[in-house]
Amino acid sequence: MFDIGLNHYMVLSALIFSLGVLCMVTKRNAIGILIGVELVLNSANINLVAFSRYQTGAGDGHIVAVFVILLAAAEAAIGIAIFMNFYNTFQTIDVDRGDELRH
Amino acid sequence: MIEAIAFYVFAALVLGSALGVVLSKNIVRSATCLLGTLGGVACLYFVLNANLIAAIQLIVYAGGTLILIVFGVMLTSKSPWMQFTATRGQVVAASVVAVLLAFGLCGVMLGADWSRPAGQLSASPQVREVGTDLLTDYLVPFEAASVLLLVVMIGAAYLARPEK
Repeated sequence: MFDIGLNHYMVLSALIFSLGVLCMVTKRNAIGILIGVELVLNSANINLVAFSRYQTGAGDGHIVAVFVILLAAAEAAIGIAIFMNFYNTFQTIDVDRGDELRH
Repeated sequence: MIEAIAFYVFAALVLGSALGVVLSKNIVRSATCLLGTLGGVACLYFVLNANLIAAIQLIVYAGGTLILIVFGVMLTSKSPWMQFTATRGQVVAASVVAVLLAFGLCGVMLGADWSRPAGQLSASPQVREVGTDLLTDYLVPFEAASVLLLVVMIGAAYLARPEK
């Protein structure tokens, strides 16, 4: 109980991953879906750093975590640019309207 | 002991605010709760003795990505309190899938054999080691990432331009 190990972090990241997936599929606001993706990426990062700490002791997990954070920022920038374009076209950000990207 | 207390406090913060993100109907509240999640995860990195990742998490995620999301929310709604929600049936089905996913992931990961080769773990890599690795062993991914960031900058500016 008071000896924190790999298992604690794995359970935590599994829970955050599931919450992120739930957020992705229940939100109809496109930005909400993006927020769900951020939760999922964070859960993966927790696992990477925890394994680096308790399993390998090497820096590789840290470096992959840096790249994941970088890609998350890039994905958010492009995603929001697409949503702005979508909003300019449809005057809404409801993804149920997104089955056609042009009208 | 102190590590256990810190872990439980920050894990509770992360899980609580992640629940807030999922449950709040309002997208502005979701974005605010996301700040709690990202900050809590950064604190967990400090508990894991990963100082560099914690700092990058705070600067890039909490400082950059979250601001981007908040601006996205404000630029794409006539009223920031506007909401559209999934139907009750969809929410129930999604919750069942998410619970099953959580149990499945926990079962698989806790059941796996993570025994590592005997021997003492080296100390957690600090800023100097990670920086050296980035500019030697991981130089090609590092440069590819810089090209990617340039492409993203141009692409985002092109996509989000106002209609002519």
